Amino acid sequence: MTTRPPVPARPRLGARLAYRVQRTLRPRISLRWLSARIEASRPARALFTGAERQAKQDLFGCRMCGQCALPVTGYVCPMGCPKELRNGPCGGVGADGSCEVYPALRCVWVEAYERAASQGRAADLRLLHRPIDHRRWGESSWLNYWQGRDEGLWAAAVGDTGHEGPSTNSTNHRRRVLGGS
Amino acid sequence: MSLRERLASGGFAVTAEISPPRGASTGPITEKAALLRDWVDAVNITDNQGSNARLASWAGSLAAMAAGLEPVMQMTCRDRNRIALQSDLLGASALGIRNVLVMTGDHPKFGDHPEAKPVFDLDSVQLLWTLRAMRDDHVLLSGRTVDPPPDCFLGAVENPFAPPAGFRAERLGKKVAAGAQFVQTQFVFDAQAFGQWMAQVRDLGLHERCYILAGVGAVRSLRALDFMRDKVPGVQVPDDVYRRLRGVPADQAAAEGARLAAETIQQLAAIDGVAGVHLLVAGNEQAVPGILDGAGVRVDRDGR
Repeated sequence: MTTRPPVPARPRLGARLAYRVQRTLRPRISLRWLSARIEASRPARALFTGAERQAKQDLFGCRMCGQCALPVTGYVCPMGCPKELRNGPCGGVGADGSCEVYPALRCVWVEAYERAASQGRAADLRLLHRPIDHRRWGESSWLNYWQGRDEGLWAAAVGDTGHEGPSTNSTNHRRRVLGGS
Repeated sequence: MSLRERLASGGFAVTAEISPPRGASTGPITEKAALLRDWVDAVNITDNQGSNARLASWAGSLAAMAAGLEPVMQMTCRDRNRIALQSDLLGASALGIRNVLVMTGDHPKFGDHPEAKPVFDLDSVQLLWTLRAMRDDHVLLSGRTVDPPPDCFLGAVENPFAPPAGFRAERLGKKVAAGAQFVQTQFVFDAQAFGQWMAQVRDLGLHERCYILAGVGAVRSLRALDFMRDKVPGVQVPDDVYRRLRGVPADQAAAEGARLAAETIQQLAAIDGVAGVHLLVAGNEQAVPGILDGAGVRVDRDGR
């Protein structure tokens, strides 16, 4: 789906404003209903997805992985990392905070850490992100979010016990939701 | 005594690394293993180090085992997707390779195939988590059962010196939560800065859940020093170290580098929570006995 290689992007939306906007987008009955209606119509879905793509590309350099991590990464897109790391920076970050692959650009995780910390959200970066589902590239992550399909994307890093497995595989996820092992 | 047993016993562990050859022979690994066998607990076999194609890490690990040296098989996320990575762990475990070191891996840009597709299907935290689930929960990422499960001792890497400074201990915490049982760090030239990172690690209690091996390198030439400072991602050579090594005649740089490494080991061993050292000496294995001798570290061969 995507052909553009990942390049670190600096968000154009301030961290404070981003978190504020996020509050209005949280899943709720109205948004769940609306997203179901959008999904039911192919043209509406395409239109909505196109609008999301445009907006998030301009604001965050979004590449449409379809499983958005922005709310817990200080609104800096981790998919702009040349290694597409979802769990924090690699060990190659320059002393000045530069990306090892694009030394003229800032490491997205350095940026994410600073932005999250500036809003008292540094603890978000401790979450354990599960592997992404590559079938979902190009999908609208807002629709996925409102429809509750994003719930297994990350887990709280609560220690050696207490968090479930690394799989976002739908069968596992369903089993977990139903209370199985 | 295995690496795991050494660490569990509270002994000071020493690991080193061997970079496999660019060729279809395990001969060089056997030779290097013979040099290291009496000095280290285990040896890392690098996985296409620096994004340069080399003999496979699992094959190198088998060669080290045959030479009487316990391997730590390095596994990067750069070249293989989740299917291949899980498959490799099963193969390695079936063949008796116990120690697995998980890392993201350098970007292909830095190696001999810069045009290659960077895979990075999983990141290092996800791979640790996956391997632990295979071992402890007997499941693949697909949810299918693994029978019998692999037996492995899982390691991670961390760079204490790279930004964001406030997050580096936390990042190790994520790896420990995901399944890391030991960690080997990037080159430490500055034991004091490392000590500050260790203080954060202790505050999080990570040293009690994960064995910490500090990375120590021996500079063997002034050219290597410049390369390390300017070309190796994530390595920081402090100015006083640089000046010290630059201050000796070129033909004595290797000896001074070994002395510096020995001093660093002594400083690191004194830091609370440091379980051992990892000697980053690929290509310079013959320096190991001198460095360990200089540091006064003797690996106890009893029980081996």
